[in-house]
Amino acid sequence: MLGYLVNRTLLMIPTLAGVAILIFFMLRVVPGDIVEVKMRGDGGNVTQETLDYERKRLGLDQPLHVQFGQWMVGVATLDLGNSMWTDRPVVEEIGIRMELTLQVAVMATIIAVLVAIPLGTISALFKDSWIDYLVRIVTIAGLAVPSFWLGMLIILALLYWFNWLPPITYTPIYVDPVANISQLIWPALAVGYRYSAVVARMVRSSIVEVMKEDYIRTARAKGVFEKMVVSRHAMRNAMLPAITVIGLEFAFLIGGLVVTEQVFNLNGIGRLFVQAVSRNDFTLIQSIVMLIAVVFILSNLVVDLLYAWLDPRIRFGGR
Amino acid sequence: MDSNRRDFMKAAAFTAAGIGLLDALPAHAQGAPKRGGTLNFAISAETPHYDAHGSDTFATLHFGSPFHSTLLQFDLANYPKVKADLAVSWEVAGDLMTYTFKLAPNANFHDGSPVTSADVKATYDRMRNPPTGVVSTRKATFEDIDTIETPDPKTVVFKMKAPNPAMLEHFASPWNWIYKASILAGNPNAPRTAIMGSGPFRFGEHVKGSHVSGTRFDGYFKSGQPYLDGFRGVFMTQPAAMMNALQGGQVQAEFRGVSPAERDRIVQVMGNRIRAEESSWTLNLMIVFNTEKKPFDDVRVRRALHLAIDRRGGAVGLARTATLRDAGGLIRPGSPFAMKDEDLLKVPGFGRDMNAARAEARRLLREAGVPNLTFVLHNRNLAQPYTPAGIFVVDQWRQIGVNVEHRQSETSPYLAGMSSGNFDVAIDFSNLFMDEPSLALAKYLSFNRAPENRSRAIDAEMDRLYAAQARERDDKKRFELIRAFEKRALDQAYQVPLLWWHRIVLTHANVMGWQMSPSHNLGQDLSGVWLNA
Repeated sequence: MLGYLVNRTLLMIPTLAGVAILIFFMLRVVPGDIVEVKMRGDGGNVTQETLDYERKRLGLDQPLHVQFGQWMVGVATLDLGNSMWTDRPVVEEIGIRMELTLQVAVMATIIAVLVAIPLGTISALFKDSWIDYLVRIVTIAGLAVPSFWLGMLIILALLYWFNWLPPITYTPIYVDPVANISQLIWPALAVGYRYSAVVARMVRSSIVEVMKEDYIRTARAKGVFEKMVVSRHAMRNAMLPAITVIGLEFAFLIGGLVVTEQVFNLNGIGRLFVQAVSRNDFTLIQSIVMLIAVVFILSNLVVDLLYAWLDPRIRFGGR
Repeated sequence: MDSNRRDFMKAAAFTAAGIGLLDALPAHAQGAPKRGGTLNFAISAETPHYDAHGSDTFATLHFGSPFHSTLLQFDLANYPKVKADLAVSWEVAGDLMTYTFKLAPNANFHDGSPVTSADVKATYDRMRNPPTGVVSTRKATFEDIDTIETPDPKTVVFKMKAPNPAMLEHFASPWNWIYKASILAGNPNAPRTAIMGSGPFRFGEHVKGSHVSGTRFDGYFKSGQPYLDGFRGVFMTQPAAMMNALQGGQVQAEFRGVSPAERDRIVQVMGNRIRAEESSWTLNLMIVFNTEKKPFDDVRVRRALHLAIDRRGGAVGLARTATLRDAGGLIRPGSPFAMKDEDLLKVPGFGRDMNAARAEARRLLREAGVPNLTFVLHNRNLAQPYTPAGIFVVDQWRQIGVNVEHRQSETSPYLAGMSSGNFDVAIDFSNLFMDEPSLALAKYLSFNRAPENRSRAIDAEMDRLYAAQARERDDKKRFELIRAFEKRALDQAYQVPLLWWHRIVLTHANVMGWQMSPSHNLGQDLSGVWLNA
């Protein structure tokens, strides 16, 4: 297992290097000039001399390969540099938002897992019954309804029935857990509903498939209780594709909640990413893309480790 | 002469303000101020930096005005009169060539050091002669200043190269925050990233993308003020989220302005718990043609596109949903130097006979050899009022056979595109903080004199007329010069007014002491604001 972990960790390096090369050079190809946008972007009248000065200060007068080398050295030493737009450290810009985004993603994942696994299992075990139909309606609705729209409904419902809205500025959970949860539970619910719908449908179809397998029939023939058949034999195998989906969805939530963040006025990574793109803030865009890549890689790693834990065939490498 | 001018402006300004439906009592009639409480308000954009000298966006003022002081302020209860801020008294020489200000003896920066004449000099020097790397959008405003003298720590004397009748109002500009000389000496660009002011509130925190906060500065030089313990400005870029927050009580005000539909929704739900104040607005949208690009270098094309727009009809329709209301010329309708409506009706492009206007527009396009003109309209991606305005003009031009692609961009790329001339035709805006013609017309000066003229046109005749009106101290003669300038501007149609904005501000009924005005740039230091429990 340790060797597997080391291998996977080492594989991250070429993957991230590939992402870094792609994002760095693609950004330089896209039209737009950070200095123009920054210095003239609030309507100011700026001389060419000032533009040149700023370009030099940001290092944009250097050849591309020099800029790339400097950035890669920074990444390797965990120094992501400063935002070209705000002049503040990128780590600080991302750090402010990451805490919130990560918490929403974790809460939405917890909601999704808690809702999806029981619903998907019940739906599969009572296939083609009214329970199954009900669960399918609920999950199809979850797929069809955009999270941001559900978020708007939640806000309007809170206003209409309780004349109350969640706090609009973020308070860390260690500072005030009540304020924190009362702000973030609503976007987590809005996102978690769609998330749980995706996972529940995957759990249902996996269990339906697994329940037809020979080893399930064998277990039943041996007189194993149905509850045991489901929990020990069916669920473990059926969880494999569901875990893949959970991992991918979790990674998507880091940076993929732009509109939901707007609806709830959340200061998250998604909004920051959109702002950075609109401002051509190269260093910030590069860092966010790298962050999202790392999250995807890590979530895939966790999924693979869970695979190995759930399935002995994978754990022992087919021996 | 100067006092006549002020009386004239004041009388006319109140006529203009009469458009406002001031549901609220004026600030002075709201009872004795109470101390305490924190005001939460929404700011619909986040400032890109902290330096008002290099900014033209309200986002910088709504963010930072509570932390800073200026020499003078506009007296919003008696707009457009000015009143003291850091300068407790001032003298203007009869020939308008010398301005002497006495600073408040007890004015201190938030670090406890006194505000001196050296700070005022350093501030104004930075604005009029910005060092390399410093952006000053106020440079042209103060080009009439010759020297700044500091005979003692609390006296500052401005000597002018030429008389400027609007100079006192410029000293009251909300953008002219006084910075600390020693900080500027160390790093002239320091105000872009750090806050050190002498305003009613100390800087608390700026959580990027979330909010800014301030706490009461107990050493503030105005006795008893501020009344609030503190404030928190929350960045809310989505109007729907902002309206929900107002309704839910998370914020108690939004000081820039909302649309009529948003006002109606909130007033219907909240009744007398919300206050809606309205005024005409010193903001207008303009259509600007890039005269460096063909075929917009041809006056016939520009005139055709100008004539095709039914501003009267548009004003009626857009006023229901957008923050646009009045058809007007280059000066805010109803303000002292504006063209009277009956005269405006006779100006091509502002009349009611649209069939005739559009027939003329088609003829001009045929004559210019572009009967099936196609171009891209460069616009800002703000819902109010840019999007409806863009849709409106695209439809107007479609009616004369012109095919337009409406392309909207984020604010910064939009403005950068305008500054660099990377557009065909654009919707531009004129954001004024007062009704001073020299300020309003500056955008129409030749591009080599006024880079904010996005049409990039050079017109010596307009420059001549501008200079003549700016130095003219007889209001009647100045009025005529302004009309001549306006006629030339509309005939050449390098850039033409579309519609003037209408300001609607919503505040919770317990927010007291805030004063409505025709500019969202004014009166945002919050020193006189208090909360009625």
